[in-house]
Amino acid sequence: MRLRAELAAPLAVRGVPWSRVQTTLVAYLFLLPALVLLGVFTFYPMAFGTLLAFTEYNVLSPPRWVGVANFRQLAQDGAFWVALRNSLRYLVVVPAIQTASLLLATLVNRRLAGIVLFRAAYYVPVITSFTVAGLMWNWMYSQYGVVNWVLLRLGLIARPFDWLNHPTLALYAVMFVTFWKGIGYYMVLYLSGLQAIPQELEEAARIDGATRVRVFFRITLPLLRPSILLCTLLSTLAAIKVFEEVYVMTGGGPFGSTYTAFLYVYNKAFQDFRFGLAAASSLVIAAASLVLSLVHFHVLREGGLRPW
Amino acid sequence: MVGNRLLRASALLGTYLLLSAIALPTLFPFLWTLATALGTAGSVFTFPPRVWPESPGLGNFVGIVRTLPVGRYFLNSVELAFYGVVGTLLVCSLAAYPLARLRFVGRDLIFYAIVATLLLPNEAGLIVNFITLSKLGLVNTYAGVVLPSLASTVGIFLLRQAYLAVPEELLDAARMDGASELVVWARIMVPLSAPAMATLGIFTFVAYWNSFIWPLVVLKDPDRYPLAVGLLYLQGLFAHNTRYIAAGTVIAMLPILVVFCVAQRYFMRGLEGAVR
Repeated sequence: MRLRAELAAPLAVRGVPWSRVQTTLVAYLFLLPALVLLGVFTFYPMAFGTLLAFTEYNVLSPPRWVGVANFRQLAQDGAFWVALRNSLRYLVVVPAIQTASLLLATLVNRRLAGIVLFRAAYYVPVITSFTVAGLMWNWMYSQYGVVNWVLLRLGLIARPFDWLNHPTLALYAVMFVTFWKGIGYYMVLYLSGLQAIPQELEEAARIDGATRVRVFFRITLPLLRPSILLCTLLSTLAAIKVFEEVYVMTGGGPFGSTYTAFLYVYNKAFQDFRFGLAAASSLVIAAASLVLSLVHFHVLREGGLRPW
Repeated sequence: MVGNRLLRASALLGTYLLLSAIALPTLFPFLWTLATALGTAGSVFTFPPRVWPESPGLGNFVGIVRTLPVGRYFLNSVELAFYGVVGTLLVCSLAAYPLARLRFVGRDLIFYAIVATLLLPNEAGLIVNFITLSKLGLVNTYAGVVLPSLASTVGIFLLRQAYLAVPEELLDAARMDGASELVVWARIMVPLSAPAMATLGIFTFVAYWNSFIWPLVVLKDPDRYPLAVGLLYLQGLFAHNTRYIAAGTVIAMLPILVVFCVAQRYFMRGLEGAVR
């Protein structure tokens, strides 16, 4: 012990006690696996991915610097613009999913016999894989599937549609699966937000004669703003990057009507082996999501969310 | 008085009707798929749709397991999920301990660097990680599938939160007795944070069981596919046999549903902890 203290003396002189040095060493040993993995698979891709966007690279030969050629090519590629437009169009799902899950959360936020079972029923799609969800909904959407039967019975359509092969409807059909799978996830997030609101506030307002609707808009919604900010942001970023549903259900068809930006990235990288071009297009998506989150923060913080 | 009670009863009935009406679309695809998998006669797509199978039996399950490599895919999924869960719990709980309980040089810097991974866009991750894996010779291995997601930021935060709640006296007492930090972590932290570990373990299991893009990119040999990838592959080859594929879908869904039924409270509570 004494010997250690003497060895550490130079450090101790500079004001760092030996025990602190030892603790720091131990701490980094604990952190080592996580830091190495995060470094290699999270931080490195951010840096190298950006660099890669300015090169031509197919894994076999070393990357070749090409400047902005990839971006110029993207600008001239009609398929990329189609993909980008479809991804932006996919943002329509965000207000739908958020409104529905917020209303659902207020509906299940009460003490009722069996309410836990209903919450569970709404949550099952969340834990379903995209493979299973995609296969099931492909069957639901088929010519003689359930969706057509229900709509025919309700008199909303005159004849069965082939939903996933329809050039304008296919995107919305896929979007519904995103909605179906996401609603329970955001319901749980909103539910925990709702349960953090002190009951007395709402009760006091009710005693003062405020209607239930008024209490919701004047008290619940403003207090829920942090949850709303988080959920809409998560949902927006997921929508712009949509990939799995599309890959499983339509593969981008028919006629590119469900071809999204991330599908473009995937195809360029793993089918054409043009990693530079793929990195450039993913950089464009990253920039788009950055802009969207900034707009998002601005709107919600400035109090844009005030329908009352 | 009676009218008031009647009003309340009908409001309650209305609430339950509404709740059930919403549960219908969320659950119906599962019921239809189960009925299709169990049915052994008649056509698959009918107006009105069948929710009760015609001459029900397990023929389709036996058929798909015998003729197609669904059993192997299932075992592959089990293996992959096992590596993923054990690795994630180990890496995250090791990293969470010093972040929660040790005072060391650079702690805040490390903490904010880990927070940053949640905020910074990482769209190129899919591409660059594939390149990294091919440089490391890990393409077509389970290590390649699992390694990039072991250091889960959400997992580290979840466990750090749990470790912060362990009373300081316990740690001091152990250290007085000469316990090293590794012993403190293994004997005190890990056992006392069992609920948080269970939550992370369950979420990680579901994530690995369901994942398909990354395994599809990394694994080149169809024999090594997990079920989520293999089922899509089989659908491409045997799309005409809807009943077989429906049986495969049920097999893929079953472990998830079992875990969900047993550990439902973790799902509803765990997310809250992870988000805060």
